[in-house]
Amino acid sequence: MINFQYLRADTQKKAIDALAKDASAQFIAGGTNLVDLMKKGVTSPQRIVDITHLPLKQIEKVPGYTRIGSLALNSEVAEHELIKNNHPLLSLALQAGASPQLRNMATVGGNIMQRTRCTYFYDTEMPCNKRIPGSGCGALQGYNRMHAIFGASDKCIAVHPSDMCVALVALDAKVLVSGPKGNRRIEFEDFHRLPGNDAAKDNVLQQGELITGIEIPDHPFTKNIHYLKIRDRASYAFALISVAATLDIQNNVIQDVRLAMGGVAHKPWRLPAAEEFLKGKKVSEEIFREAAKIAMNGSKAYEHNAFKLKMAPAAIIESLKIAAKLD
Amino acid sequence: MDKKVTTPIHSSARRNFLKQSSAMVALALAPPTILKAGDKKVEDQIAGYFEKVPVKLEINGKAHALSIEPRVTLLDLLREQLHLTGTKKGCDHGQCGACTVHINGKRVNACLTLAVMQGGNKITTIEGLANGDELHPMQEAFIKHDGFQCGYCTPGQIMSAVACVKEGHAESDDDIREYMSGNICRCGCYTNIVDAIKDAKKGGKSL
Repeated sequence: MINFQYLRADTQKKAIDALAKDASAQFIAGGTNLVDLMKKGVTSPQRIVDITHLPLKQIEKVPGYTRIGSLALNSEVAEHELIKNNHPLLSLALQAGASPQLRNMATVGGNIMQRTRCTYFYDTEMPCNKRIPGSGCGALQGYNRMHAIFGASDKCIAVHPSDMCVALVALDAKVLVSGPKGNRRIEFEDFHRLPGNDAAKDNVLQQGELITGIEIPDHPFTKNIHYLKIRDRASYAFALISVAATLDIQNNVIQDVRLAMGGVAHKPWRLPAAEEFLKGKKVSEEIFREAAKIAMNGSKAYEHNAFKLKMAPAAIIESLKIAAKLD
Repeated sequence: MDKKVTTPIHSSARRNFLKQSSAMVALALAPPTILKAGDKKVEDQIAGYFEKVPVKLEINGKAHALSIEPRVTLLDLLREQLHLTGTKKGCDHGQCGACTVHINGKRVNACLTLAVMQGGNKITTIEGLANGDELHPMQEAFIKHDGFQCGYCTPGQIMSAVACVKEGHAESDDDIREYMSGNICRCGCYTNIVDAIKDAKKGGKSL
């Protein structure tokens, strides 16, 4: 690992100032992704700003919202009574990610900020527009089994690796951000971006901006929920496909529904057309099949990931059936 | 094994060579912005760049006041500087669990943890589990159930297993398999590891 200067921020302002003035500096919290990337030479910041001493670890209920500090650990959030009772989908998604050791290190903010696990991004001998803009995309003509089927461009077909973010986009969470120009609140859906012509940018954060927390608005989705994750082994692997499904069912009629997928796009992928279709319909396997068909509109496979075009709708149907307790 | 290979003279010579060569590599990699700075500032800035940071932490009940390069991981600090070689380096990328230690009672991967960030923390390694010559119940259970073959992953497995039981995640075989998934055993001793954890939990001794 190339050496760097270590700075411990004792206030939020100092942390933000340190990054705003220095484009080669990066925040560190859990380090589970950044330290790995630095070891591999994918990134080599000249300065690391340790934010773990900032008071951003709280998990609390405020009127209308649940607020989670960006430094709350993935394991703490997953096991917290407030989250298990009010946002069980988030608990399930967190438990599906990484390993117990990594969840004890990784923070909510770091999970949102994690980079893709595309092997061409990690391999510094390979071209990658995300790592070196303009160098090309190794995955496009390469071994692209893990790659995107939605929203990709010829510049980048990588996927966002998070499970937590799939649940958060489904639950209409907001990302709380503090920066040199003040505070802002970003809709989770708008936080991560599609690669387009600028694959290097994963999200809409500006230089020096710090994620201070997330807010999840109150919702009725506590009973009929499921997070389905399909991967190459039973645990501790990134998703081939994952589906977050939550339903609000009254008298066998779907009042409201949220659907999102992981492992399919450059960002956590919400399925608004399928949601719209399901609203007001009676629960049945047939309408879940129809919704899955609608959800797949616009999908596109590459040489090695065509299996995802079959796996994704099957996963949506299965996830909805389990959430609706159909079997 | 040929004793000459491990004589102190050889190993220290090798270590000195590594130190010198790594210092040269480090200088070669110093960012151009720093080398371009004003004359007097250059030395200060390079010194700042490679500055060691004082860190006080506790390892297996013993207080340490150390001076650490920011890039040193907790795993390398334990093995290379403190010679606590029980904690193993497997993948060095958080994928195998061989480096599992406890920080303030929580299990983590030492390979992805920067030592410089651990000031004030209490670290427990496999060397800190036994009480003198009396093995920890989890260590005993691993021996009793033959929970290893080559033994390389075992310190990490045992550290993870102790935490797994304490967290309340060893309620069933499936539970144990899920919550031990961060520890890979290439010899494939998983069934015996599950048996060892169940036995240690059933034993009811303080873990």
